[in-house]
Amino acid sequence: MTVTDLVSYEDALAAYDPVMGLEVHVELGTKTKMFCGCSTALGADANAQTCPTCLGLPGSLPVVNATGVESAIKIGLALNCTIADWCRFARKNYFYPDMPKNFQTSQYDEPIAFDGYLDVQLEDGEVFRVHIERAHMEEDTGKSTHVGGATGRIHGARHSLLDYNRAGIPLIEIVTKPIEGAGERAPEVAKAYVAELRELIKALGVSEARMEQGQMRCDVNLSLRPNGTEKFGTRSETKNVNSLRSVERAARFEIQRHAAVLSSGGKIVQETRHFHEEDGSTTPGRIKEEAEDYRYFPEPDLVPVAPSREWVEELRATLPELPRVRRNRLREEWGVSEHDMQSILNAGAVDLIVATVEAGADAAAARKWWMGELARRANEDGVELAALPITPVQVARVAELVAKGDLNDKLARQVIEGVLAGEGDPDTVVEKRGLKVVSDEGALGTAVDEAIAANAAIADKIRGGKVAAAGALVGAVMKATRGQADAARVRELILEKLGVEG
Amino acid sequence: MPGITREEVAHLARLARLELKDEELDHFATQLDDIIGAVARVSEVADQDVPPTSHPLPLTNVMRPDEVRPSLTPEQALSGAPAQEQQRFKVPQILGEE
Repeated sequence: MTVTDLVSYEDALAAYDPVMGLEVHVELGTKTKMFCGCSTALGADANAQTCPTCLGLPGSLPVVNATGVESAIKIGLALNCTIADWCRFARKNYFYPDMPKNFQTSQYDEPIAFDGYLDVQLEDGEVFRVHIERAHMEEDTGKSTHVGGATGRIHGARHSLLDYNRAGIPLIEIVTKPIEGAGERAPEVAKAYVAELRELIKALGVSEARMEQGQMRCDVNLSLRPNGTEKFGTRSETKNVNSLRSVERAARFEIQRHAAVLSSGGKIVQETRHFHEEDGSTTPGRIKEEAEDYRYFPEPDLVPVAPSREWVEELRATLPELPRVRRNRLREEWGVSEHDMQSILNAGAVDLIVATVEAGADAAAARKWWMGELARRANEDGVELAALPITPVQVARVAELVAKGDLNDKLARQVIEGVLAGEGDPDTVVEKRGLKVVSDEGALGTAVDEAIAANAAIADKIRGGKVAAAGALVGAVMKATRGQADAARVRELILEKLGVEG
Repeated sequence: MPGITREEVAHLARLARLELKDEELDHFATQLDDIIGAVARVSEVADQDVPPTSHPLPLTNVMRPDEVRPSLTPEQALSGAPAQEQQRFKVPQILGEE
């Protein structure tokens, strides 16, 4: 692979102003495809979810999925868009075997939603408004597997194998207006936008928007113009950037690449580019076809969609609290910093903490367990936090036992370990493992007496006013009780017995 | 008068992945130009007040509930495929793609 010339990010920004356009495809979570009743369930056998309509067989007719249209309107409303009162589908004609019809059913100049915006919050709390050009309905393509090739099989015959289970799954394509004025923060804005959009889609319940499963995919259009000028430069379109981190890296790489080309007197070629996860680079793909090459025309087999204003208002009334607003509310309720809230969001812990608080835990404890012990375990096991075999109710119970003084942190960690190991509910684990804090004052008092007797020199220091030295005695008692004592109570007892004020 | 040039026919043929010989291009360009010319006569009678019609019936919002209906079996789906492999449609590699 040839090495692409880059200039440093700082040098690129010193001379040029980036303009971005982001196109995000969201696969809706409907039960059936957009234009036929085939199932969209994952994991089916190849070509087990097709029918004459999604295979494009002669005589078949598409009928639009009502939930697909409803989801599109919800997305449009959540993005502050105008909802078209009448719009049509269009055929986007192209010859590639991923669509057996030889066209993709999409929308062209009449998108169902247009002219909106999404406010995104950067990590330091700054809010950046991204304007939305349109959101339109279309369908996904089939899945190709390319076989053979130069290093392929003996016969070397290059061919592709097509599975059309995915062909026809509803997609909403969301296109931003050119994003200007982000300057050096452009890659960060791109990432924050996709992250916010993902949260929004999830909050609307229209898709799980899992990027790693291809349920949400992003194309990054980027161009540079010399600082202080208005006219947009020639853009490149980096396709299928499929993680939040990659969105940021792709934008950054393209800024550095464009700047290198432009500053050496070269011209940017308008083309699609492929993003490489391994090193964050992009390489050229095909030269972009012109829109007229798709020969769009109104889809005659589907009648226009004309959402009544009543329906639109009904749907507007069902919109949930926007994720950014909700996060800010929770951040205040929980009393955490922007940075901590961002970590909680990145860890996928927001809803878990909310559920734990709803189950009776206080916010600080809920946050502590999910972001501490449990985040560490999820990380070790390479699973998402929500996938750990422990429920918010169970975590709340652990927090409650700690708050009541029945468990200390050390024991609580063992309880959590037991729950994760499938030993049962927190109470069962406490019972089975015998993890109660020693609260028997008599037994504790004996242990304290023993510790004082065994550490006379330290005890004298404490009597002499060096209260900090009590820690060593607390440690000795904790050791003697195998960690099952309440450390705060132990400390109280030690100071009491030595006649010192705490 | 709208029409179509030989170059445009060649371009469309490429988009449609049709291989046309020189004499075919001449032949089809002439024919298509005639056809387009004939169809274009519609606009002579349709004035500004007649919008282009894509759907002759005044129907909107024909939708179906999001309920799964039986699909074809993979065998049925593949029964018309000229070639298949691993329960998938087998097609020639398209040149110029990765």
